[in-house]
Amino acid sequence: MGDHISSSGESHGSVGSYLTGFVLAVILTVASFGLVMSHAMSPAGTGGAIALLAVVQIVVHLIYFLHMNGSSEQRWNVMAFVFTVLSVLVLVAGTMFIMHDTAINMMSR
Amino acid sequence: MAQNMTADAAHAHDEHHESPVVFGFWLYLMTDCIIFGTLFAVFAVLRDQFAGGPTGHEVFELSGVGIETAILLFSSITYGFGMIAAHENKVSTMRTWLGVTFLLGLGFLFMEIREFSHMIAEGNGPDRSAFLSAFFTLVGTHGLHVTCGLLWMAVLLFQTAGKTELNERMIGKLTCLSLFWHFLDIVWICVFTFVYLMSVI
Repeated sequence: MGDHISSSGESHGSVGSYLTGFVLAVILTVASFGLVMSHAMSPAGTGGAIALLAVVQIVVHLIYFLHMNGSSEQRWNVMAFVFTVLSVLVLVAGTMFIMHDTAINMMSR
Repeated sequence: MAQNMTADAAHAHDEHHESPVVFGFWLYLMTDCIIFGTLFAVFAVLRDQFAGGPTGHEVFELSGVGIETAILLFSSITYGFGMIAAHENKVSTMRTWLGVTFLLGLGFLFMEIREFSHMIAEGNGPDRSAFLSAFFTLVGTHGLHVTCGLLWMAVLLFQTAGKTELNERMIGKLTCLSLFWHFLDIVWICVFTFVYLMSVI
């Protein structure tokens, strides 16, 4: 019975895990806005840094709010997610590459 | 023997979570990811096409975006507390948290509509430039998703009114909406980073 409760606590999260996720998300969000508003870094450096912070924050949300983990019950969810991330990366990077190339070849920029 | 029984209990528990409804809804969210991926790609291509109109630096107000971000983040955790109450079968606590989440979502939507109507009133609507078309399409689609989430939440609040306990089906519905709501928060992370902050740098 004790096992039952603890495993259920793990799979839908507890007050503690939600609060952990929330605090991490707040720190990452404030860091992003702070970097941009304070002009502490070069524009390119700021862009890279906030992109990285966004990726970290997405991972935090996936783990603490969407309860993604490596357990077997989550295997198909994670597989579908990984495939989707791959598709989105191909879509976004491919579109940017092709449209950039087209713009250069047509001298529209 | 005892170990077997715990394993069995854990197994039954696992099967309870791997409900086909929740997995199916997860797959729907993945296709929604592709939609947003496409809209982000469009924005990435058109972000410098101002057609002589205003740049992101001129039209975006970071303080408003910061408040919107805070509201959505708060609504994520209040929904999470609602789900914890739902799993403990505390219906009225769950409904209170859901009500708070609903109000936060409404606040977010209100701020977004105000921002859009300000921009349109100043002549910076979606018809001004390709950059603004892409912006309104992307952020508007997110806002539309939030609207649908709020309608769904209102329906669930209505369906659980006066209930003293939640059945499996209702827990399933609440779980699907929780995935949807947290997913929208993840999309918003990309919106405030790649649309607002990147345009203001």
